[in-house]
This record gives sequence, structure tokens and C-alpha cells, in this order.
Amino acid sequence: MSAIDLIGVRKDYGSQTAIHGIDLALPEGAFIVILGPSGCGKSTLLRMVAGLETITAGELRIGGHRMNEREPKDRGCAMVFQNYALYPHMTVAENIGYPLKVAGMRRAERQARVAEVAASLELGALLGRRPGELSGGQRQRVAMGRAMVRQPRVFLYDEPLSNLDARLRVQMRLELRRLHEKLGATSVLVTHDQQEGMTLADHLVVMKDGRVEQAGTPREVYSRPASLFVAGFLGSPSMNLLPAEVLEGGDTLRLAGGHLVRLAEPLAERGRVTLGIRPEHVTTGGLPARVEMVEDLGASVLVHAQLEGGAAIAFHSPAEAAPARGEELGLGLPPARLHLFDPTTGRRLAAVARAESAHRGLDFPVA
Amino acid sequence: MERRATFRAPLLPWLLVLPQLLIVFVFFYWPSGEAFRWAFTLEQPWGGGREWVGWQNFLEIFVSTHYWASVRVSMIYAFGTSALAIVIALLLALFIDREVRGSRGWRVALIWPYAVAAPAIGMIFRFVFDARAGVFSLLNAVSPGFWDPSMNGTHAMVMLIFAGSWQLIAYNFVFFLAGLQSIPRPLTEAAAMDGAGPLRRMRDIQVPLLAPTFFFLVVINLTDSFTNSFGLVDIMTGGGPARATDIMVYKIYSDGFKGLDYSGAAAQSVILMLLVVALTFIQFRFVERKMRYR
Ligand SMILES: Nc1ncnc2c1ncn2[C@@H]1O[C@H](COP(=O)(O)OP(=O)(O)O)[C@@H](O)[C@H]1O
Ligand SMILES: [Mg+2]
Repeated sequence: MSAIDLIGVRKDYGSQTAIHGIDLALPEGAFIVILGPSGCGKSTLLRMVAGLETITAGELRIGGHRMNEREPKDRGCAMVFQNYALYPHMTVAENIGYPLKVAGMRRAERQARVAEVAASLELGALLGRRPGELSGGQRQRVAMGRAMVRQPRVFLYDEPLSNLDARLRVQMRLELRRLHEKLGATSVLVTHDQQEGMTLADHLVVMKDGRVEQAGTPREVYSRPASLFVAGFLGSPSMNLLPAEVLEGGDTLRLAGGHLVRLAEPLAERGRVTLGIRPEHVTTGGLPARVEMVEDLGASVLVHAQLEGGAAIAFHSPAEAAPARGEELGLGLPPARLHLFDPTTGRRLAAVARAESAHRGLDFPVA
Repeated sequence: MERRATFRAPLLPWLLVLPQLLIVFVFFYWPSGEAFRWAFTLEQPWGGGREWVGWQNFLEIFVSTHYWASVRVSMIYAFGTSALAIVIALLLALFIDREVRGSRGWRVALIWPYAVAAPAIGMIFRFVFDARAGVFSLLNAVSPGFWDPSMNGTHAMVMLIFAGSWQLIAYNFVFFLAGLQSIPRPLTEAAAMDGAGPLRRMRDIQVPLLAPTFFFLVVINLTDSFTNSFGLVDIMTGGGPARATDIMVYKIYSDGFKGLDYSGAAAQSVILMLLVVALTFIQFRFVERKMRYR
């Protein structure tokens, strides 16, 4: 069953459309990440779920019930804001207890509940402090506490980690995930950080310009990107994209330099396509390339090279076997690892990644 | 880059600020100095001779029942005007904040009443509250004596407070609205998610966060009511009826220029000046320093 259903949901700001009719079913109890570049409408979507923005058209259902006209407080959602939005004039205890106070819970009961939540977030010692006296990570946890205290069915997070420094971000990421497992509610997190999306999500939704590009498990989305945009957005360093031409027969591509690449399965299309391959999937083989730059990533090196014909390609190589700048080498593009896209629409062309074809491996007839 | 002019000739900067210094000196320091001198001397009404009398002028003031009555009505006027102006401006700002976001045109339009000269406001409100015209004449016809600020001291004071606060509301409104708009939007949204309705959000989030603005305006409004109310009183009530609106600034004027008691008036103006200095001190010392959240 799905926790949240969006049916043709649209949002207009005046004459501008921020969200173009989105259909989504977000699974119950899952950690859902909505991923997309800045300005693509992620926050708008989340805020419509929360009830902070009106819905121009379409229907929003939470737990199967229509929510369009409900007040934020009646939707069973709690939200953690990007800047935490803690009440600066209240102590940590008052901040966490505020939803209960508004709900009219008696003082003693409220304090017990606040203490319980604070203990689970290791905030017990900070209950008397004001938000201004806390560090970024502590504020983040107070915001979490305020969201948890009412035991909502759905947690909404709008870029909750973007204000933390890199190390704390990784730590809080784990903490969010652990909390999600413990609470058993549905979590929806919005981020522009593809790594955050990949690591946190059970269910990943990639957005662009107010539309859903692709939704699925992070593994599905990563290994079978539905469009050029998703292919380029997910993964760091991002996927290599090379212009190519489909030859007669449909199972061979010609690259810009004239070299041929065998496909695992024939394509229906003819003419120009975009060939994609992730840097970690490039192997050695018969495709001549020249090393332009070598980036040391610590565990491995990232080699930037130029193929014959001018296209740039990047790939990983073990640090011990790193090639030198200017070195000529031969690269392999395993057919099972290739992604093909229509260069004008950006859509994925055909299913080429099939496990049984992986062994066919490395043959690159040079023209 | 530092934007700072440097002058070769050391005299030039002084020459440039001289007109301003002269104005401040001629219209503030000199009269204030004179007031202090007069407060401790006795001036003959028809000129000639001035006698040092020490604290005598002050002692005479402090034993005068008229003076204490004047202090009392000044306090009623100042606190009444400030309270009314602050409460109404706060309500207006709270409700308009929900609709208007950062509209500068509104602010300019709404600050105009503050720029209207007090005597002009006084004239308008005198007509509005006239017992023999408009709505009040009708009410008086129905129930005689219902409203007459020219005979009833309480009515006169109420009328003055309305007129005085009308002017201050505009000023306060602009500050409250600016204060409300500087409260980060996510704070009120978070409160909405936490279950608080609009009125509850005002009470729990917006009003407490306006505390610095609130205290600033209390001090400014009180100071303004103590000192800038002369024009209103002069036009609307002339301090009457029966001294019911004889507030401190007006008494200084009438004692000095009508009663020709320059020394007594000077002593009173020194006391009023000290009161304003004290309020300003409180403003700087406590309000500006303490009332800050992060
Ligand atoms: N209140 C608003 N008024 C007008 N346009 C808005 C408003 N809020 C957001 N937008 C527009 O909607 C689009 C999506 O914004 P947003 O949801 O904040 O993007 P994201 O969170 O993905 O960065 C942007 O083009 C933005 O300019
Ligand atoms: Mg956003």
C-alpha cells in the first residue's frame, strides 16, 4: 500500500507552472528521497504534501484519504525545515514540547514525553538551552525531536543536511536512517545531493523542471537511467556520454573517431544516438585513447582521457597502475554496461544491460 | 573598499559641518542652557534684574497641586496614547502581514499621518469630536450630555488620546510590519505544522519575537507623547476644561507665555527634559542591548 499518492498534482505560481501534473505513489514505511537540481520544484512538492502550499490541480492522498483541503496539522505529517526553524525564544524542551502544548496535553504528561524524546536523541543535557546556544548538529536533532514528538505517520524533510559541514552531514545521514528504522513511519526527504539520495533512499524520485524523470529503487535508477538527465545527474564522477551512430543491422555503433562498438542487443533505431558508460565500467581494450589528466582520489585515481575523434572519457584506475599524462592506451566498453539515449529527446533507447551478455565482453573491431 | 573622504586642509571638515553645528547650537544647546540658568534665577517680567534663587523655583513647583495634577494628566495621556497606538498598530500589522509581503508602497502610504503637523490633526479631530456637529450632535440629542469634551474633562482627555494615537499608529505600524516581515517565514510555518492556528501563532511566535520592536516603540511613544503633544492640546482643548488636559508641555507654555512666570516654566522644562533623558537612557541601556535573540 502507498502512504502518499499524488494524482495529476500541479502547482502554478501566477502564470508560471512550478509542478506539471505529477503522478506518484510513495510506498508506506519507506525512506523516499526526492532528488533534483535546485529550482526543479522539490520543495514546492513537499510543501504541497505538508499543506503549506495550495494545490492548483490534482489530488493528494495520505493514507488513502484526500488531503487537498485539510489544514497542515490535520495531515499527520511533521516537517523538518532546511534551517530547522526552531523557535528562538523557547528552550529546547519548549521547542520539542510545543506541538503537545498546542494539542492541549497536560504539563506533566508533556514533560515526560519530551524527556523521552530528548533522551532518544541524546538531547537530555541540553533541554534548558535556547537554540542560539546550540551547534548545527544539535539544532538538527532538536528539529527532529519536535517532529517526532507527535508520532506522525509521515516525516517530511526539506534539505535537512545542507547546512551541516561535510563530516557531520555523513554522520547525521546515518542517524536519519537509523531513526527511520526505529520509528517505522514513512519518510520523505528532499535533496539536491545525489549521493545523499543514493545512500538514504529505499525509493528514489528524480525530478527535473517540475516533472518526475524517473522513480524506483536507487539501484534501478542508477543502473538503468531513464533519460540523459538522470544518467548525468546520478553518480560522481558522472556518466561518460559519447556521440555515436547506429549502423545498418542495429547491433553496431560507430563512434566519432570511426571506431566500432558492438552492442549486446540490436537496436530498432538508426542514425545518431548518445552512448553512455559509467567511469567505473570502462575496461581495457582496443579503443585508442590519450591520457590528458590524472586526478588522485586516494583509494583510486580518476583518469581523464581523449578518444580518437575528440570525445572526452573518464574512468577509474587502481592507484598503483595509474597511467601517466600523455600516455596512449586502449579502452574497452563492455556491451552489458552501455546505455543508449536519443540525443534529441534524451530518453533511454533500449534494454542493453543484460547479465548473460556481460561475458561477451571486450571485442572492439577497429575500422 | 573604505568609503571615507580624507581632507588635506584640517579646516575644511569643520567648515562643512559648521552650518549643522550652528543650527543645533542655536536651537538646542543655547535654549537648553538658558532654561537651566533661568530655572535657578528669578526673572522680572518686565525686564531688568535677574536674581539667583537656587532651588527655590523647583521647590515652588513641587509643592504646587496644579503641577502634580499636570504630571498626573501627562501620565494618563502618555500611557493612554502609547498603549492605544501600540495595540492597534500591532493588530493592524499582524493582520496585514498575512496578506501583504514586502510592499513598499503600503509603508509609504501608511506613514503619512506621522508627517502631518499636530495642529492640523488637532483641527480635524476637533471637528470630528465636536459635540455640536456630526455623529455626536445626534447622540447628544438622543441622550443629552452623552459627549461634550468642552465641558467634561474625561471626554476631553479621551479625545486627545484618540488624536495623539492616530498619529502614532502610523509610525508604530511601519515598525511592527517591518519586524513581522523579518521573522523567518519557516518559523510560522513550523508552528502551523505543529498544529497552531493563525491566532495561536500570533500569540506564541510572532508577538514574542516582536518584543524588541515593542519595547523600542514603548519608549519612543512615551517620549513623543510627553513632548510632541503641545500642538494637539493647544488646538483642541487649550488645557481645559478645568485643567483636565493641562499636560506638562502645555503648562510650561501657559505658565511662561501666558502667566509670564519664566523662571517657573524654565524649571518645569528642565524637569521634563530630565524625564526624556531618563527614557532615552533606558532605551539605550536596556532595550537596545538586551532585547536580542541571536
Ligand atoms: N512563492 C513562489 N512564488 C513564485 N514562484 C515560486 C515560489 N516558490 C517557488 N517558486 C518557483 O517554483 C520553482 C520551484 O521552486 P522550489 O520548489 O523551491 O525548487 P527546489 O526546492 O527544487 O529548489 C522555482 O522556479 C521557483 O522560482
Ligand atoms: Mg528547495
